[in-house]
Amino acid sequence: MTDITAGHLNRISNVIVHPLTVRVTHWLNALAMIIMIMSGWRIYNSDPILPFSFPVWLTLGGSYEGSVDIHNEDGLAGALQWHFAGMWLLAINGAIYLAYGLLSGHFRHAFFPVGPAAVLRDTLAALQFRLPHRLGAYNAVQKTLYLGVLTAGVVMVLSGLAIWKPGQFQELTWLFGGFDVARVIHFLGMAAIVAFLIVHVALVVIVPKTLPPMITGRAPAHEAHGEH
Amino acid sequence: MPQTLSSVIPGRDRISASKEIVRASGAARQIERRLFLKQSLSLGALTLLTGCDVTDTTSVQRVLNGISDWNDRTQAAIFNPRRLMPTYPESAAVKDFRYNAYFGQSQIPKIDGASYRLNLSGLVDSRKPWTLDELYALPQESQVTRHVCVEGWSMIGKWTGVPFRTFLQRIGADTTAKYVGFECADGYYSSIDMASALHPQTFLTFKISDEILAPRYGYPLKLRIPTKLGFKNPKWITAMYVTNRFPGGFWEDRGYNWFGGV
Repeated sequence: MTDITAGHLNRISNVIVHPLTVRVTHWLNALAMIIMIMSGWRIYNSDPILPFSFPVWLTLGGSYEGSVDIHNEDGLAGALQWHFAGMWLLAINGAIYLAYGLLSGHFRHAFFPVGPAAVLRDTLAALQFRLPHRLGAYNAVQKTLYLGVLTAGVVMVLSGLAIWKPGQFQELTWLFGGFDVARVIHFLGMAAIVAFLIVHVALVVIVPKTLPPMITGRAPAHEAHGEH
Repeated sequence: MPQTLSSVIPGRDRISASKEIVRASGAARQIERRLFLKQSLSLGALTLLTGCDVTDTTSVQRVLNGISDWNDRTQAAIFNPRRLMPTYPESAAVKDFRYNAYFGQSQIPKIDGASYRLNLSGLVDSRKPWTLDELYALPQESQVTRHVCVEGWSMIGKWTGVPFRTFLQRIGADTTAKYVGFECADGYYSSIDMASALHPQTFLTFKISDEILAPRYGYPLKLRIPTKLGFKNPKWITAMYVTNRFPGGFWEDRGYNWFGGV
């Protein structure tokens, strides 16, 4: 009986820090990113633009050995299938997230205001491990990183369209500086997102209490800063 | 066409096996396709990452094939039959165009121009085979366009030949049919949709860089279709047909997206 009461009290003292739409689109996007990045690495390997290739075991696209054995083909077909299936998940899920973020005011509340002075102050604090973390409220470093990775995501979709359809969408390809430049931008966007992911996951490991709210949406009231 | 037999692939000695597969009957192609489905099912590192074993992997491949079919329809929908692909000044055309096939240069088909015939079949009025002289007598045009390979590289070249639309009219092709298929001297085969076949920049070409196609570029006949990826531009064409039955293609049957538009 005591436990139930305690649980009840605990429940009402929890507040929503991540709305349902944000949580669902976050995890679907995580899946889409894994698919796009890993299949993209295998596609890159078929014609590297830099003097290195990604290890095959890190890439997605079916059995590499099987493909080479049977088709004399280095697993590109499977990687392309994954990439051009994953693009639908990425684009549709991303569009839902962007529409929600813009229309609900989520972006305005979560990512703004963010100014250079605050970014400098919080960056210095973070480097000295003195930056406090309140669930549901982003510091200036987080705001900058999230806005940056959102921009990178949009650039990835657009540059991806530019190199998928340099004929039908030739104006878009032109805007990116042509087919070859668009390819490089598509690669750099991937690199930026991977760099973000490394920091993002490392911070979750360092501050593990940030993970449960991204699943349940809730955080204890004393730790949280309610979103609205 | 992807350069899959380049030195990076440790499977060069499988060239002959691969070629035999290509020459095999349609039934064998089916079996081969099934093998592909089975072989490409390991989800590899994704499985490792998620920590869950995707046991019913055939259903994963079925979903991927289904989405690829959906992507065929999406591309057909956004394909504008009047939209021209960008063209470039002649100075932008590469003189020494990249050689690319699923086999090394030593295996390039050697075709005798004098005895060469282009064979026709399917939904056409006249199935009379064409000699090279008859083909050369057709009205010719040139284009300087970008060849975009599925692997990611691209190259601008100049090709000369007869607009494919003109040729289809000459042979009395049923242009309401769905597909045009091609068969090549190297065992390669591919097919395109009729809307793309009738596009004004789709050419049956005889020349590259103002010179008769060298054997490595597809002598005597190569389809140049700048609205599609490189592997939809077959070389060493020996036969073509018009059909309503989906013909597939060499790489397409191995999982490449069939429409392959750019």
